[in-house]
Amino acid sequence: MSAEQTRKLIALAAIWAALLFAPYWMVPLGGYTALATRVLVLGLAAMSLNFLLGFTGVLSFGHAAYFGLGAYGAGLALKFVAPSTPLALILGMLLGGLCGAILGTLIVRRRGVYFAMVTIAFGQVFYYIAFQWSSLTGGDDGLRGFSRQPLDFGAFKLDILSNANNFYYFVLFCFALAVGVMAFILRSPFGRTMIAIRENERRARFLGIPVERHIWIAFTLSCFFMGFAGALYALVNNFADPRGLHYSQSGDFVMMAVMGGMRSFWGPLLGAAVFVVLQDYLSSITVNWMSFVGLLFVLVVLFFPRGLLGFLQRSKA
Amino acid sequence: MNVLDINNVTKRFGNLVAVRDVSLSVAKGELCAIIGPNGAGKTTFFNLISGFFPPTSGSITFDGRNITRLSTHERVTRGMARTFQITEIFPELTVFENVRIAAEVAGGYRLRPWINRAEAAQVHARVEETLKLVSLETKTDRLVGELAHGDQRAAEIAMALALKPHLLLLDEPTAGMGDQETFQITQLIRRLHRDSNYTIVLIEHDMRVVFNLADRICVLDQGRMLAQGTPQEIAANETVQAAYLGNAA
Repeated sequence: MSAEQTRKLIALAAIWAALLFAPYWMVPLGGYTALATRVLVLGLAAMSLNFLLGFTGVLSFGHAAYFGLGAYGAGLALKFVAPSTPLALILGMLLGGLCGAILGTLIVRRRGVYFAMVTIAFGQVFYYIAFQWSSLTGGDDGLRGFSRQPLDFGAFKLDILSNANNFYYFVLFCFALAVGVMAFILRSPFGRTMIAIRENERRARFLGIPVERHIWIAFTLSCFFMGFAGALYALVNNFADPRGLHYSQSGDFVMMAVMGGMRSFWGPLLGAAVFVVLQDYLSSITVNWMSFVGLLFVLVVLFFPRGLLGFLQRSKA
Repeated sequence: MNVLDINNVTKRFGNLVAVRDVSLSVAKGELCAIIGPNGAGKTTFFNLISGFFPPTSGSITFDGRNITRLSTHERVTRGMARTFQITEIFPELTVFENVRIAAEVAGGYRLRPWINRAEAAQVHARVEETLKLVSLETKTDRLVGELAHGDQRAAEIAMALALKPHLLLLDEPTAGMGDQETFQITQLIRRLHRDSNYTIVLIEHDMRVVFNLADRICVLDQGRMLAQGTPQEIAANETVQAAYLGNAA
């Protein structure tokens, strides 16, 4: 028991060390800091989706909508409300989370394939709104004309706009905050009811858990995290893209989660890292980069059904 | 006072009348067994009690309150717990984790994003006490899915007990078990009934178990209540013998 705890602690330390020093080891390996930042943000999105998929056991195929809403929320806040990075993050998170909370009340009545279909349908609604409402969202061209602002600590200002390392550490701080809250919830009595629902919905119901209400809460929380990740993504690009709301983007998040290992907390981050790095590398060689990512996905699902991290954990044990 | 009062419930599925005008009262501390041939409507009757679906007509009163239209989880919250013919557990969690979820829900912590030390210790004590009651205290760290069938059933009963129920519904607790396991589960149910004074309604096919345990036996046949009475009365009842018991009695 304690040997397992020690091993978990070492793994955790290794993950945080790798993240903390990413700008220093990625650059010599041919990467660049902004790539590490993208991994963090998309990893957070995949982990937010997995909060629902891996730990409550319901598959949303429309989570990009809440990611995209977070991005537009942050962009619009910077453009029209106030030039403040923290405010943009908060408003982006609220927009994604509140829309998720409202639609969630309708979505949680369905299960399985129907749940996935309804999430796609609602997700596409937001995609078309972003696509059509050109005067506000910039339509097909996306939302431009904003940029992340320096962080004002009173005594000094932290430049996160032109200094890539500063921005990476700011994103890492936000990532740690969100991931910490996620882990905290999963270890709580509420988190255990989520796992109960995943493991056996009927048993959960007959233990006195109102299953629909608990799935709604999990869905809503997951949308808040998703909105937060989306807001960060808008800061990464200084741009919000309608395609970020599209269901194909939702599919990418599901792929990251499944490829990395949806039963493990950190799996989706690994999945996102593999996805983003492959995309970055392969897309400079061929426009058909997705075929190769897809091939890898199929191989992982066929041979490591518990994902890359699940496979690593098993071979270590 | 009666824990459970069922008044003239009927359940129709289209043209099929699965349960027809059945009434049943269960007193506090009583162990009532429901028997009947396959398709007699026993499980449908159980599903009506536990709120799987509402009855077509009739009413159900639990602890003096009308619960006919309440959902499953509301009935559980009011003190009704059940097990299933096919064991319903959380297979990939340990025995301890399975029962802890039940104990936390019973403690009113299910929506809480945190739990303090004192509360966690209380839950912990409750889980250990329950596991001791069902003799699983040496297997707390085993995955439930890897346990023997009898132990899985005991774990399911432990989850129900952790809810501190006023009424325990057991759907065929010895289904699919060998003699040894059947004996263990029968002993467990006897302990729960005699020593811990639980009110229990169970469905059972094994007549040895039924006549061994029950204070009262209810015989269902084709959705109707054919007879009710003590084991002696049921064994002597000619209608029951003709319809069901045959040469078993």
